Amino acid sequence: MAQHEVQHATLTNGLTVLVETMPVVQSAAFAMIVPAGSAYDPVGHNGTAMGLADWISRGAGDRSSREVLAELDRLGVQSRESASTQHLVINGSCLAENLAPALRLYSDVLLRPRLEEEEFEAVLSGLENGLFSIEDDPQKKVMVELIRRCYPSPWGQPNDGTLADLENMSPESFREHYRRSVRPQGAILGIAGNVTLAEVLPVVEQSLGEWSGSNEIVLTEGDRGPQREHLPHESTQTHIGVAYPAVAYSDPDYYAAWAAVNVLSGGMSARLFTEVREKRGLCYSVYATLNGLKDRGQVLCYAGTTNERAQETLDVLRGELIRLGDGIGEDELDRCKARAKSSLIMAQESTGSRASSLTRNWYHLGRTISLEEVRTKIESLTVQDVLNYVHAHPAEDFTILTVGPDELS
Amino acid sequence: MQFHQTTLPNGLEVVAELNDDVFSVGFGFYVRAGARDETADVSGVSHFLEHMAFKGTDRFSAEDVNRIFDEIGADNNAMTGEESTIFYAATLPEYLAKTFEVQSSILFPTLRQDDFDMEKKVILEEIGMYEDQPASVAYDRAMQLHFTGHPLGQSILGTTDSVSALTSEQMRRYHAEHYRAGSIVLAVAGRTEWSNVLELAQQHCGHWPAGGSPRVVSPARSVSSTKFIVKEQCQQQQVIQLSAAPSCSDPRRFAAELLCVIVGDDANSRLYWDLVDPALAESAEVGYYEYEGVGTYLTFINGTPESTKANLERIGRLYEAVNANGVTAEELDQARNKLATRLVLRGERPMGRLSSLGGNWLTRREYRSIADDLAILRGVTLDDIRNLLVEFPLVQTTTVGVGPLAE
Repeated sequence: MAQHEVQHATLTNGLTVLVETMPVVQSAAFAMIVPAGSAYDPVGHNGTAMGLADWISRGAGDRSSREVLAELDRLGVQSRESASTQHLVINGSCLAENLAPALRLYSDVLLRPRLEEEEFEAVLSGLENGLFSIEDDPQKKVMVELIRRCYPSPWGQPNDGTLADLENMSPESFREHYRRSVRPQGAILGIAGNVTLAEVLPVVEQSLGEWSGSNEIVLTEGDRGPQREHLPHESTQTHIGVAYPAVAYSDPDYYAAWAAVNVLSGGMSARLFTEVREKRGLCYSVYATLNGLKDRGQVLCYAGTTNERAQETLDVLRGELIRLGDGIGEDELDRCKARAKSSLIMAQESTGSRASSLTRNWYHLGRTISLEEVRTKIESLTVQDVLNYVHAHPAEDFTILTVGPDELS
Repeated sequence: MQFHQTTLPNGLEVVAELNDDVFSVGFGFYVRAGARDETADVSGVSHFLEHMAFKGTDRFSAEDVNRIFDEIGADNNAMTGEESTIFYAATLPEYLAKTFEVQSSILFPTLRQDDFDMEKKVILEEIGMYEDQPASVAYDRAMQLHFTGHPLGQSILGTTDSVSALTSEQMRRYHAEHYRAGSIVLAVAGRTEWSNVLELAQQHCGHWPAGGSPRVVSPARSVSSTKFIVKEQCQQQQVIQLSAAPSCSDPRRFAAELLCVIVGDDANSRLYWDLVDPALAESAEVGYYEYEGVGTYLTFINGTPESTKANLERIGRLYEAVNANGVTAEELDQARNKLATRLVLRGERPMGRLSSLGGNWLTRREYRSIADDLAILRGVTLDDIRNLLVEFPLVQTTTVGVGPLAE
């Protein structure tokens, strides 16, 4: 596999910069993560990180809100600010020659946001609109609420916020949270494209070097939600969410966990698609995915089906998850490996995908990991490795949530 | 990047844009058959047929098809629209031959009765899934109302009734009429040799039946109309508005695309500053959609029910101002820049190039490189946009709402 060179440097303020040089593309993409995600939202203020992600880009440094967006368009930067559970996230891509001014602009957004009072109401309404739209989309809602129930707080709290918390929020509570949490210690900036670290580092040092401090908020783990619940919703389908424990990305068994989920849901020949959709026609959409935090993970499964067939769908789905422990075919694992090989190679064509991987690996593993290394780890997996994992982490301790007209048993 | 083109004796058009700087190769069969080619009694058949393709042929069973693609790690899928059905795949160059063999064969599926009956259930579930998405309901109904009496108004998925009533015999007839070599374009983008493309096409598609698409393009006239579908359980109100825009063969389509970026892109557009930035609406966008013989401006807005009426009036006033005064040079510059970057970024991946390569050839028998597209963008002037607005002003002809509001 052809390898791109990856270089990194950590600034004295704790910000790590990673650059993967991709010589044949014209673009460059960046993925910046700051440890200020929704898990750090103050109690009773869930949605603060997501709201801040919006507010900091509404005017920064010398530029008004309008001027920030005009400059992004002038530079041709496609970008998005959001919150994940653990991070404030800024993703962007542009032509490589415009990366430096784009990073300077985002240093204003991070270090010198105006946080103007008159923009705050729009930030809150934006949060509210986003939450209403999840309420109207049961397919989305079931997964948001499943995560809230399968992880203890604050890890499960929705990144988009909680409607009831909106009334507690104020410009001051946001500003305070910004001061405490948006800090460079542990922040990671991954860049992939037609640039080198030598070109980028001076720009980063100049624009983000003066940023200082660390997020000192101490998180206390609370309760998780009920393991079994039904949320009534007037919908055509019943939307089913099922979760069970898995390992984190940094766990030595991660690749075995990855393979186990891929046997269930890796392609159109995988078990859930075959058993639930192809053989029984129970649903259009059914999947399982591995969801990970720094120190733990869950397998999240979804199926949407018309109400009268929902019980059968849940039964078949749960049965397939449990049946994985009975055995896995060599051919099933071979298909996982083949899919992984293709997708790893194709990822090298995408600057955005590489930038996100750099950032993710550094956060979870504290190092870069080459595609070749990933491929070797996957190639060396045996059926027994995967089965050992499944037996050590069986599908049990389920969290099950349904959204639809009727409760299931 | 190197462009190649040929036509096989049976009429299959083959186009390729080859590039040794990438790692993969993408290809797609673009079939000139979609919802607009259906009669009302078979509504949904194009999309159902797309699903049935994956149920396999005499040689490859459904399980074979799914298994083989996974065995070689091909990233393949299909989609059905108003005007086309597209079967596409991205794969590593060494697996192109196998991927091509299977993907080309499924365009002529066996249509076994038991597969048909099982897949019908899946389609009905898909219809149910979209019924739970208010914006999808709004889109379907808006197209239906705007194109009343015209085939473009036909739903892609069909309805529970039309799909339930559909027989495999009807599907067979539809397939025989629409899946002919002359109504299909094979497009290939990425890393392979042209001689290889030719050989695969001849070997696997050379025997396809000749003949072209029976589509008759009839003019569409829309009268102003409004419909609100009440869903009291919704928190938000969705509204889609449609009006006339240039067709896919009209040179003014580039101006229309830029106009929509200026007026209704998801960020830094007029609608954005008027409605989204102050959070009067969650989204407010306008997009340009081209079809054979006709085009649309599609305005989409969602937000609280209480704000909807005032928001629609604001949009109306904003559109009147654009129609009367056009846009500014600065706005045009920013929009050109935005679209240019999108073009270049998307073009870095074979799948990104494939969609414009196949789409352009299917609708216009036209090839445009990224450089051609950039030159066209640079060439659009303020006058072009003013002239466009004379014949195709931004108006709110058809309005469909889904949510708590009854009017």
